[in-house]
Amino acid sequence: MATKLKEVDVVIVGLGWTGGILAKELAEAGMKVVALERGAARSSENDYSLPNIRDELRYVVRHDLMQNTARDTLTVRNNPTQEALPMRRLGSFLPGEVVGGSGVHWSGHTWRWTDMEFKVRSMYEERYGKKFIPDDMTIQDWGITYAELEPYYEKFEYTAAVSGKAGNINGKIQPGGNPFEAPRAKDYALPPLTPILASEMFSNAARNAGYNPFPRPSANASQAYTNPDGTKFGACQYCGYCQRFGCEANAKGSPHLTVIPLAMKSPNFELRANSWVTKVLKDSDGKKVTGVTYTNVLNGEEFEQPANIVLLCAYAINNVHLMLLSGIGQAYDPASGNGVVGKNYCYQTGASATLFFEGKHFNPFMNAGGSNATIDDFNINWGFDRGPHNFVGAYNVGGGFNTNLPIGYRPVPSGTPQWGKAWKQATAKWYQTAMVINASGSVMANRNNYFDLDPTYRNAFGQPLMRMTFDYKANEHKMGTHAAQVINDIAKSMNPTRINQATARTEPWTVVPYQSTHNTGGTIMGTKPSDSVVNKYLQSWNCHNLFVVGANVFPHNSSYNPTGPVGALAYWTADAIKNKYVKNPGPLVQA
Amino acid sequence: MTKPESPRHESVCRDSLCKDPSHTESATPEFDRRNFLKGAVVGGAAAVSGTALTPESAQAQQPAAASAPQPAGYEFLNLDEAAFIEALVDHMVPADDLTPKGTDVGINIYIDRALAGGWGKGDRLYMQGPWKKGAPSQGYQLPLTPAQLYRAGIEATNVHCRKTYGKTFDRLDEAQREEVLVGLQSAKINFDSGLPVRVFWGALYQTVIEGMFSDPIYGGNRNKAGWQLIGFPGVIAVHRDHVEQYRGKPFPNKPVSISDMS
Repeated sequence: MATKLKEVDVVIVGLGWTGGILAKELAEAGMKVVALERGAARSSENDYSLPNIRDELRYVVRHDLMQNTARDTLTVRNNPTQEALPMRRLGSFLPGEVVGGSGVHWSGHTWRWTDMEFKVRSMYEERYGKKFIPDDMTIQDWGITYAELEPYYEKFEYTAAVSGKAGNINGKIQPGGNPFEAPRAKDYALPPLTPILASEMFSNAARNAGYNPFPRPSANASQAYTNPDGTKFGACQYCGYCQRFGCEANAKGSPHLTVIPLAMKSPNFELRANSWVTKVLKDSDGKKVTGVTYTNVLNGEEFEQPANIVLLCAYAINNVHLMLLSGIGQAYDPASGNGVVGKNYCYQTGASATLFFEGKHFNPFMNAGGSNATIDDFNINWGFDRGPHNFVGAYNVGGGFNTNLPIGYRPVPSGTPQWGKAWKQATAKWYQTAMVINASGSVMANRNNYFDLDPTYRNAFGQPLMRMTFDYKANEHKMGTHAAQVINDIAKSMNPTRINQATARTEPWTVVPYQSTHNTGGTIMGTKPSDSVVNKYLQSWNCHNLFVVGANVFPHNSSYNPTGPVGALAYWTADAIKNKYVKNPGPLVQA
Repeated sequence: MTKPESPRHESVCRDSLCKDPSHTESATPEFDRRNFLKGAVVGGAAAVSGTALTPESAQAQQPAAASAPQPAGYEFLNLDEAAFIEALVDHMVPADDLTPKGTDVGINIYIDRALAGGWGKGDRLYMQGPWKKGAPSQGYQLPLTPAQLYRAGIEATNVHCRKTYGKTFDRLDEAQREEVLVGLQSAKINFDSGLPVRVFWGALYQTVIEGMFSDPIYGGNRNKAGWQLIGFPGVIAVHRDHVEQYRGKPFPNKPVSISDMS
């Protein structure tokens, strides 16, 4: 029997970027806030310090900061007719499990998603006609605009020490920046990171091909920095241990460095680590939520934490799981198309080429999390005509390195033996002399890509695992073909000694190897309850005192990393709660 | 075991400890601590904890400690398994002018310790049934911990070797060992026990790579032989100034490991 605790104003499930932002904003606004984090509390001083943080085996291979699949995982399959089986260890994506969440181990790439995503269906229909969008592609407008989010993007970028070069300030194109970006009011918080040889060579080749390369915006402080909240950042050391590691230089914009310590300073805030939330509780008529139940994973003790407002701020996938376990809203059914919880799970796709240059020294161990140059000519450039290529969506292309450590990164030309003297010789010869050009591509929502509860497998708490049904569709294959061609053309123009060419991905999605921790959808946002779980303020249509925050609200996935809009939407939601909801609790958008 | 190379204490000396006057920080770009501190000083706590010198850590910098012999003996592997792994890693990583042979790099020790430890026992592995074969896209689906998988895989490979060559893998000549490895890699060998050969090979190959390239604290990559092979500088990696200074230029190949800095 769960011990019932004293009611608080707000309970937050998960303390990463979104939970940290909301904890700080709401505690500072005078609300009593409790955050429940499934992982342990770790700190830069004790845990992300030299020399032990520099351990590829522990952090990259053995997933020390990630979700423990022995306790909870997903079942996976490629289509609704297949039997789903458990993802028995992590691979394709890596949700964080620690105070700070995935914000501890991300690389820092921070993008502004534009109206090309938020108005995806209306823009494509207007330009190409309704028939251009396949029947099973369940994309929809998000119900929010870039203009509404712009100040919140800025707030997140300045909090997280994003280094970059503006391409468009108030409509004026800035040389050296991304000419396709939507207008921003201010430049980035910090100047761009120092380019490395691979990003310079890519930029030159892309420019020669007529494209518009620019330095990737990233939350790696290019110089010492104090953010608007007073958080002090060290300068990035280009250490090469960024993705999957905590930053020992305090140079990576992370919640455990920024918003969480500020929340902790408030007497209104309490963090309970090692707390696994099992359910969101509803009142008798199901119109409001009353709190959550959770288990102290150190001793198995169960608690009920009543709250006036519940904020789901766990990893995107885990938020969806909690909604399904709690029975809030109607579960999605792909056969009928009815229901919304679990709908529109999306992922990302890509293509990449490895270029080998005899005699060059790329020093692939020397880089920041965002030491890449990027082109958006086939991405948020609406001038790129998708019509002849017949796909919806976009991809960006980048050249450079981030986090290439030797267990995982030892490029050799195709056909090289995998062991023996010839393998060693090739490994020694090419490690320093290779660079990669890769594309990251969007995935449009599809009727048959979704989450529901698994009928067979259970987690350590006796609850059904969530089932993920996902595969790439013809739209992604067509885009991948286009991207591979663009990559290979740029690569060939650089005259490498050897190339492992890019090819379009055609095989099914697999749970191994690692691909991207950019999982989106499942509790999508929209303009009406019939096609979405939350409104534009990420407020549940069913229970007005429940907000579901994270990439789980994205109705489809773009080519960009998701953390920019995830952070911006968290600030946007915090403002909506503080300035609108608390004054007049109820639906912020009338259904 | 090959003679341990001379300890590279020049790459780990700290200004207050360094006995060799020729070793200044500016001469050791792979450990440019002073510049690191300059860059990270605003970060505060992390920089401090990274440089805290204690008598214990000073001790660890002594050459005697740095060249201490690796502990011998196996925690997990039995005699047959040890013979198999030693033969395997010496075949996959033969001695030449680039590296010592696999057992001298400690890859066998790495594998033994990994199998004996939490990973080998199935830490973080979802181990609830029912157990189904599944599609390749669904990943690992065997009811075995990594240690159990290894045990079953080595036994199955030796059954194949006895059937084909009349002796176990460790007693095969070089050409026969090559034939077996190609058979495992390409899944042309089928195990009579029903163990999927691709799954065993995948685990085997990955752990050999880990034993070659992970930090030496785990028992492999002895004397940082794997890192020296490719010129990977190891754990120091404070490259704020190097990123321009060494852009397009070779970086000194003097890797530093966790124990060098502890």
